[in-house]
Amino acid sequence: MAKQLFLGDEAIAQAALDAGLSGVYAYPGTPSTEITEYIQKSKQAAAGNVHREWATNEKTAMEAAIGMSYAGKRAMVCMKHVGLNVAADPFMNVAITGANGGLVIVVADDPSMHSSQDEQDSRYFGKFAFIPIFEPSNQQEAYDMTYEAFDYSEKYMIPVMIRITTRLAHSRSGVETQTVKPQKEIKLHANKKQFILLPALARKYYNELLAKQAPMEADSENSKYNKIIEGKDKSLGIIASGIGYNYLMENFVGTDCPYPVLKINQYPLPVKMITRLVDECDAVLVLEEGYPLIEEQLRGLLNRGGNIKGRLDGTINRVGELGPNMVGAALGMEQVEGSPIPEIVAPRPPALCVACPHIDSYLALNEAMAEHGEGKVFADIGCYTLGALPPYNAIYSTVDMGASITMAKGASDAGLRPTVAVIGDSTFTHSGITSLLDCIWEKTPVTVMILDNSTTGMTGGQDSHALGKIESICLGLGVEKEHFHIIKPLKNKHEENVEIIKKELAYEGVSVIVPTRECIQTLNRRMRSKTKK
Amino acid sequence: MKIDIILAGVGGQGILSIASIIGYAAVKKGLYLKQAEVHGMSQRGGDVQSNFRLADYPIASDLIPKGKADLIISVEPMEALRYLPWLSKNGMLITNDQPFINISNYPEESKLKAELNKLPHKVVINADQIAKDLGSARSANMVILGAASPFIDMEFSALENAVSEVFAGKGEDVVNVNLACLRAGREFAEKNK
Repeated sequence: MAKQLFLGDEAIAQAALDAGLSGVYAYPGTPSTEITEYIQKSKQAAAGNVHREWATNEKTAMEAAIGMSYAGKRAMVCMKHVGLNVAADPFMNVAITGANGGLVIVVADDPSMHSSQDEQDSRYFGKFAFIPIFEPSNQQEAYDMTYEAFDYSEKYMIPVMIRITTRLAHSRSGVETQTVKPQKEIKLHANKKQFILLPALARKYYNELLAKQAPMEADSENSKYNKIIEGKDKSLGIIASGIGYNYLMENFVGTDCPYPVLKINQYPLPVKMITRLVDECDAVLVLEEGYPLIEEQLRGLLNRGGNIKGRLDGTINRVGELGPNMVGAALGMEQVEGSPIPEIVAPRPPALCVACPHIDSYLALNEAMAEHGEGKVFADIGCYTLGALPPYNAIYSTVDMGASITMAKGASDAGLRPTVAVIGDSTFTHSGITSLLDCIWEKTPVTVMILDNSTTGMTGGQDSHALGKIESICLGLGVEKEHFHIIKPLKNKHEENVEIIKKELAYEGVSVIVPTRECIQTLNRRMRSKTKK
Repeated sequence: MKIDIILAGVGGQGILSIASIIGYAAVKKGLYLKQAEVHGMSQRGGDVQSNFRLADYPIASDLIPKGKADLIISVEPMEALRYLPWLSKNGMLITNDQPFINISNYPEESKLKAELNKLPHKVVINADQIAKDLGSARSANMVILGAASPFIDMEFSALENAVSEVFAGKGEDVVNVNLACLRAGREFAEKNK
C-alpha cells in the first residue's frame, strides 16, 4: 500500500479510526489539536458516525471517553501535557476502575515550551497512575502503536497512554496504514460494580492494578518496540527512548553506531534489558525527550549505580528538547556549524494580528487602568496572553486555564483594588465559570473582562462552547444585570468603552464586561470560503 | 541522495505551501521525507521555520543538524539570516528581498543588504514584484520555489506537476498563474546564480 504523508498527530488519528474508534474526546491544545481536527475532517469518521465534537475541557473529555469505554466501545482522549493536569482526577481513577472498551489517552508534551507555560513530562503521570505508556519515535510507530494500543488496553482492561512530543506531533512523514477494523458493539463489563470506586471496592481494584504490573513489564521485555541493537564498543551503552533514538541515529548516517543501544518505546520499563546493557558497558548515556525519568531511576537516590550520563550530570542540557547536535556533542563527536546569526537579526516574537479585537479591548482597559498603577490585571491562556508584550504591557499573570478570575479574587481578598481578570470566551467555559461563581458567592470586588471572539483562537479557531451563551451563563450564575455589559471593541467606541470599564472598576462587587467581536482569523476564513462558494 | 532545506518566514506568510509542493513531488518519486513544522503561538506573526528533509534512504531525525542544511529558502530577507548556523559551507540561500516589518527594531535596509552580500552562494529575488507582474501577488511563494528549483535535485517537471496537482481544486487560472510564477522564479535564478 502506498505511504501517506501524515503529521505524527494525524498518524495517531488515522490509526485510531482504523482500529475501530467510536469516539474521540478533546479540548484543543498545541501540540495535540491536529489529532481531533483530522478525525473531524475524516470521511471515514463521518461514515462511521464516530463522535468527534470538541469537549468543554480535558476533564469532561476524559470522563466522556471513560463512559464510552464503560459501554464497551473504543474511545480516545487527546490533550496537551497541561491538559492532563485538568483531567488528572478522572485520569488517576480510571487506572483503578480499568477500561472496558479500549481506552487510549494521548498526551502531547511540549519540551522547550514552544507554545506552553511549562515542559512537564507526562510519562511521570503514566507511571504515577500505573498504566502502560507507548512512546513512539516516529510517525510510523505513532500509527502502529496507536493501532495496537486499543488491543493492549482491552487485553489488560487498562487505559493506555500514548506520549508524544511537539517534534513528532508536528512533523510529517510517510506512513503505511493497516486493515480497517469495525467498531465494537455495546457490551458492559461483566462485573457491574467495576466502575464503583467505593473504598472497599477501590482497595480491591487497586490491588488488581498493581498485579497487572509484572505481566506488563514482561510484555515490555518482549515488545518489538523495545530492542537492543548490538555494538562492539562496550565503553559506552546508550539508552534512547522515544524520539531521542532518532537524534542518536542522525549522528551515524551511513555507518553503524559502535555502542550497544537500547531503544525504549514501551513502558513499564524493561528492567531486564536495562540490566543487561548496564552490566555489559562501562558507562551508560541516557537520551530521553523531556525530564530525566529513566536516568533518575537508574541513579537512584544514592547515586551509587556506576557511570551514568544524561541530563542530571550535564552531559545533556537539563532543560529543553533534544536535538541532533546536542546528542552528537554528548557522544564527543565534533559539531560543525554554519556562520553565526548576524547581529542585525532582531527577535520577532508572536503578536496580536492586525485588526484583532483584543487590541481594542487592551487599549480601552489600559486607559481605564492608567490611574490605578501597575500589577492589577490578571490574565489567562489564549491569544490575549500576548497583551503581556509591548506595546500593551497590559497584564501581570498567566498561570493556567481559568486562573485569571480566581487570582483576581484572591488579590481582591487581600485588599488589592481594583482587580481585573481578562479571560477569553473559550477559556471561560473551559475553567472560568466556577471561578466566577466563587466571586459571586462572596460578592468579591472584581471586574471580569470576558474577551469574546467567538472561537478558540490560539489553536487555530475551533468551536467555542461559550458561543451565544456568555450572557445567560453570567446572569444565571448571579451577576447583577446592571453590572453586566456587552461592549464592541472598536476604535470608534473607545471612549464609551473606557467609561464603562472605569465605572465598573469603582464598583465594590462583581462586574462582568464582555468585549464581543469575532476573531479576525476566523472572520477572514469565513469570508474567503463565502467568496469561493 | 539527500537534500536538507530550512524554510523560513513570518507566521502567516505561508511557507508550508512551498513545503507541500516539494513534498508532493517527493512522495510521487518514492523518496523518504520528513517535514517538521511550527504550529501554535509562533504562527501569530512570529518567526517560523520548517525543517524539510528528503533522501533516498530512511531519515532519522526530524530536525536538521546545524551546518548540514543544503538550502535555506526564505520568503523574508531577515528571516533568511536567522538560520545561517544551519547552512552548510557550500549551502545555498534563496530569499525574497522584500522585508516584512512588524517589529519596531527591524534592521535598516542597507545593513540587511550588506549581510546578504557577504554570502558566497545566494539568490536574492524580488518575488513580490514578479508575482504581482504576473497577476497574483499571493503567489510570491511559487516564485521563491522556482528560484530554489535549480538547486533541488529533482526534474523541474516534477515540481510543475506538483503545482498543477496541488492547486487543481482552485481552478485552471490559479494553476496557470502559479506555474508562471514558478517558471519566472527559476528563470531568474538561472540568470543570477
